[in-house]
Amino acid sequence: MSDLYDLTIHEILDTLRRGDITSVALTQAVLDRILAVDNVLQAYLTLTPEAALEQAEATDVLRAAGKDAPLLGIPIALKDNISTQGIETTAGSKILEGYVPPFDATIVRKLKAAGAVILGKTNLDEFAMGSSTENSAFFPTRNPWDVTRVPGGSSGGSAAAVAAGEALAAVGTDTGGSVRQPAALCGVVGVRPTYGRCSRYGLVAFASSLDQPGPLTRDVTDAALLLQAMAGHDPQDGTTWPEPVPDYGAALSPNVRGLRIGVPREYFAEGLQPDVERLVREALQVFVELGAELVDVHLPHTDYALSTYYLVAPAEASANLARYDGVRYGYRAEGHFETIGDLYAQTRGAGFGPEVLRRIMLGTYALSAGYYDAYYLKAQKVRTLIKGDFDAAFADADLIAGPTSPVTAFRLGERTADPLQMYLADIFTLSQALAGIPAISLPCGFDADNLPVGLQLAAPALQEARMFHAAFAYEQATSWHKRRPRIAF
Amino acid sequence: MMTKAKKLTREDVAHIAALAHIALGEAELALYQEQLSAILDHAAQLQELDTDAIPPTESVLPLRTILRDDVPSDDAPGLTLPVEDALANAPAARDDCFVVPPVR
Repeated sequence: MSDLYDLTIHEILDTLRRGDITSVALTQAVLDRILAVDNVLQAYLTLTPEAALEQAEATDVLRAAGKDAPLLGIPIALKDNISTQGIETTAGSKILEGYVPPFDATIVRKLKAAGAVILGKTNLDEFAMGSSTENSAFFPTRNPWDVTRVPGGSSGGSAAAVAAGEALAAVGTDTGGSVRQPAALCGVVGVRPTYGRCSRYGLVAFASSLDQPGPLTRDVTDAALLLQAMAGHDPQDGTTWPEPVPDYGAALSPNVRGLRIGVPREYFAEGLQPDVERLVREALQVFVELGAELVDVHLPHTDYALSTYYLVAPAEASANLARYDGVRYGYRAEGHFETIGDLYAQTRGAGFGPEVLRRIMLGTYALSAGYYDAYYLKAQKVRTLIKGDFDAAFADADLIAGPTSPVTAFRLGERTADPLQMYLADIFTLSQALAGIPAISLPCGFDADNLPVGLQLAAPALQEARMFHAAFAYEQATSWHKRRPRIAF
Repeated sequence: MMTKAKKLTREDVAHIAALAHIALGEAELALYQEQLSAILDHAAQLQELDTDAIPPTESVLPLRTILRDDVPSDDAPGLTLPVEDALANAPAARDDCFVVPPVR
């Protein structure tokens, strides 16, 4: 039998329900795994082992009393931009170092209610701004498949933890690809739900019209389980959909006969690593063998998604991050100040890292008098065109497929000098976020360096079940998701 | 068709930083002048598109107004914080207030 920490949630739930193991034993096995590998991988910013074992014991007591819940006794990790009552939440930033939220995010409340055990908080690019986790103000996280490479980002800590057995699953946040891209680079499953499917209440806000939390797991069944526990209307987030959450588990069937999978030519343009293109095309052939139909679709504004995103997201960030003023919480600059404005400016200049400063200034410029129409308003109009591309494509296709990332995991330091180079890592994940539609990344092979490649499937708004169905069928026909990294120290 | 953005000047970047309440040194001003100009140059490609008849995306959701009775709800824990919780993360607090250093 595999090590406990390498199993999926649904496999473990069976053994927990049979009484073959306890959550305490399982949680201890995962904590031991963290001790063994995290000094190298550095996936976690904060670990809460005592609290985790207490929670695990409480779930064992419940189970012994005949109770059950969808995630009862399952140890998971949370990205450190998700508020956890009583547990430090930094968003990977010095400006929030030491901040202990007085409340749980809605998704945390729901995951706890579903029985999940919280192991700790995972590393991220500062304020979720980045594609490699190298923008963390604390330290970079390493890719379990090759520790000289990045795990992707911004949910790189969550993706690395799941790939390495340091959590059975994790939650990340996806603003422009921050769940899907690290999932692809670490060889795990990552889901961006429809905008508004999960509550944003208690997430550290980055770009409010784009932010969505989503699961990172070892397989599609686990992703469906986790999203089931997270999704739903929240009176504290006016942008959540009131529509009931369907039973995602019921959608997991291997039969995809007749399903129309749209293949946009724009997703196979130059700049795509040849191994990635080959493996994604092979994955599409698997769907054909399963009886699905490939359909040519056209997303003509794909090339404009990068520019659109890097105006809309920074504009919203510049507004959201205005709250960090050194008065009510977080870091405050030392010294004497001429005005209260000096206190703000010194605090913000020293408390934010370079990428965050860049985006705040970019967003401030895009919203400022004289430039608003040319930049922000223009970007919001092009966003309408990008959304329209998907509406038209979904008239001919049930899902849209392509690579999650144009490249496999790159080396630490390889892209840090040039911000635009780093932005290009998200080229295939931005447009779905701008359109507000759900997408999943799942493993579809390994390149010549044994680095994982991700296949992305996007669905129309609220059609997560359709996306899970196709992803599950592919997974049943392949075995990529069963590979685990051998971590070389 | 290629559209180029006008390169930002040092004064432009200083103005943006002042608007954003960010104190920057000379070296940072120079760095961000280069980097922001490069990003804006890339973003200038959007001007290729004719969007005169296109409405901006206000929201990806079907817009709706949400109303509820103005009463505290058990359904919304954390909606109000006790004063001590609200002050617990402050760099400095006294007498139920946030404290900031004197300015002069």
